[in-house]
Amino acid sequence: MESNKLIELKGITKEYDGSLALDNVDLYIRDGEFLTLLGPSGCGKTTLLRIIAGFVTPTSGTVLIDGKDMKGVPPHKRQVNTVFQKYALFPHLNVFDNIAFGMKLKHAPKKDIERDVNAMLKLVNLEGYGKRWIDQLSGGQQQRVAIARALVNKPQVLLLDEPLDALDLKLRKEMQVELKRMQRQLGITFVFVTHDQEEALTMSDTIVVMKDGVIQQIGRPTDIYNEPKNPFVADFIGESNIIPGVMLEDYKVRMKGMTFPCVDAGFGKNVEVDVVIRPEDIDIVDPKEARIAGKVVSVVFMGVHYEIDVDCGGYEWVVHSTDYAAVGQQVGISIPPDAIHIMKKTRAKNLFDAEVWPSEGMIYIDNVGFAANGLEEYENKEIALVEIAPEKVRIVAPQDAKLTGTVKECMFLGTHYQFTVSCEENDWIAHSDEYMEEGEEVGILVDAEDLVLSDKED
Amino acid sequence: MKRKVFAYPYIVWMILFIVVPMFFIFYYAVNVGGQFTLTKFWSTLTDVKNNWLVLWNSIVIALKTTAICLIIAYPIAYILSNMKKSVAGFISLLFFVPMWMNFILRTYSWYAILEYFIPGLIGKPEVSFTGTEFSVLLVLVYDFLPFMILPLYNTLSKIDKSLIEASRDLGANPVKTFFRVVLPLSVPGIVSGITMVFVPAITTFTVPFIIGNGVFTLYGSKIDEAFHQATGVVGDYAVGSTLSIILVICVLISTLIMNYFDKDKESGGQVL
Repeated sequence: MESNKLIELKGITKEYDGSLALDNVDLYIRDGEFLTLLGPSGCGKTTLLRIIAGFVTPTSGTVLIDGKDMKGVPPHKRQVNTVFQKYALFPHLNVFDNIAFGMKLKHAPKKDIERDVNAMLKLVNLEGYGKRWIDQLSGGQQQRVAIARALVNKPQVLLLDEPLDALDLKLRKEMQVELKRMQRQLGITFVFVTHDQEEALTMSDTIVVMKDGVIQQIGRPTDIYNEPKNPFVADFIGESNIIPGVMLEDYKVRMKGMTFPCVDAGFGKNVEVDVVIRPEDIDIVDPKEARIAGKVVSVVFMGVHYEIDVDCGGYEWVVHSTDYAAVGQQVGISIPPDAIHIMKKTRAKNLFDAEVWPSEGMIYIDNVGFAANGLEEYENKEIALVEIAPEKVRIVAPQDAKLTGTVKECMFLGTHYQFTVSCEENDWIAHSDEYMEEGEEVGILVDAEDLVLSDKED
Repeated sequence: MKRKVFAYPYIVWMILFIVVPMFFIFYYAVNVGGQFTLTKFWSTLTDVKNNWLVLWNSIVIALKTTAICLIIAYPIAYILSNMKKSVAGFISLLFFVPMWMNFILRTYSWYAILEYFIPGLIGKPEVSFTGTEFSVLLVLVYDFLPFMILPLYNTLSKIDKSLIEASRDLGANPVKTFFRVVLPLSVPGIVSGITMVFVPAITTFTVPFIIGNGVFTLYGSKIDEAFHQATGVVGDYAVGSTLSIILVICVLISTLIMNYFDKDKESGGQVL
């Protein structure tokens, strides 16, 4: 329903000094819903929130709030209020005056201000705190004041920028419940930004998973959790086993050399896919009765369940179970059909521009020379397209390679880690059996026969 | 408490160079030729026309200097605080480079500009721009402006930018944001800026002496005059000391007023 869309973002792109913070984002937010923008730091979620608030102007794209184009509308004229990450309470005003700030600007009658502010103090459980100074409050109390200060203006939308980040775990859980209660009670649309997947799953009606300025998936928490669209979402939302497989036909998937029944369809015949299996969906059974058997390599008690790693012929399955299994024990693994979630394969490859120098027998990528074959048909300084398979990219210590970069992200794909190395111009995708820390400096080597060149003009 | 030992040199220093000189000032104020007498003290205190009027002039000039400095410095500091740190650093350096030059040298340069350069420029060498209130004020503002900019810049650049965003978010336009958030939060900078300009301005001697050109006299010159009596022999220490005591009390009062405002801020109270 069109009228249901309170906020609409169309083709939002934001560039900062040539790097893309948001890439053509389309999103609508329904009236009265609790929507969470979820993603790792630097994914553009805060930028998106600030664009809605009006603090950031998008490079291109349209923001509609209640059907009105917000182009050129400054923050103070928008019907939205923000709860800032570090609260941003005014230190020169007491609690009452902080909350009354917005109403006083609108020249509301004194009686109304008093009534509404006190009602807000009650809503956030801070009755009688009006005369206190901000620095006399604890972090959790400051948080509540920040929420009250925003809500008292009866905004159409409340924007919350990682508001629970600074709180300790217990307080955080309490505030999650309380925020949800307030949102239901007031019926105001909440747009919540967080990098905490658990928080997102607990509170939201809708979750928007973002990565590198691109929306990965939009859906209800259960959809996001049970049917992640790609390995990134699966990996980011909870732990998972991600296994390469082949979709033989509808409801039949082959992985690890075995065919399993599943509940997914519509992928076509014999299509390469990624299979996601949540650790808690796997059952530990008697090895004699199971199709997959292996040896327990580690057991960690997590409070409610045990996290058990089972080595089955080289692949380690992560299993969450309330039953204990001893290290070294032979166990069987059973995967029910509805535990198998199929994702389209995201085939990552490296495709770069390279400057070709046949006279030297070299091509230059990221201003670093690589020895290459088959350069005869090119002229010096010609730009060609070079393709390098991620598994052929060799990661070495930075001092052993001419090309170095920093690890941007590292993701476990079942059999290996896939990670992105950010070099001078390009982001390289590489596979490795070893885990790399984000921000780690690594060197990149590629053998001459693994550089596949093609003419850009063809 | 062994640590107290480290405070001893400072205490000795204080006694030698602050308490003892103060004592001497009081001593000379009531002592003429080795005789205890209050006559000079009283006559100085009651000489309204010569002393109190000049003091009043000095206070007015100091207030004017402070006000003009504040009006000029605030926008500069505000603009600087919103700039990139590197650019702001360079521009504030431009304001401070003249400060590395000797104070008297700078004042003499202004004398040359006002006495010779500008009259020459407008083709009327017989006119002099020195010896007027305007010229003294001009040079005082020039000399003390950096002392106003620096504390203001420090305070303004420390204001959390998210507070300004919060104010905008709550419906305040940029002007209202300035008066309701930025200005109240910059009061500590204003207070220390005022203190750093007003106190030296009221006690200044060099500027009225050189730029005042013997025509425009301020309190600092008055004290100097008392110690160097026209004869050039030995000045009237009793008169000079009494004048100094009055000035010390003036400075003390203004400092107390400023401290009151600063305290008020710390406890979180609203100044405006």
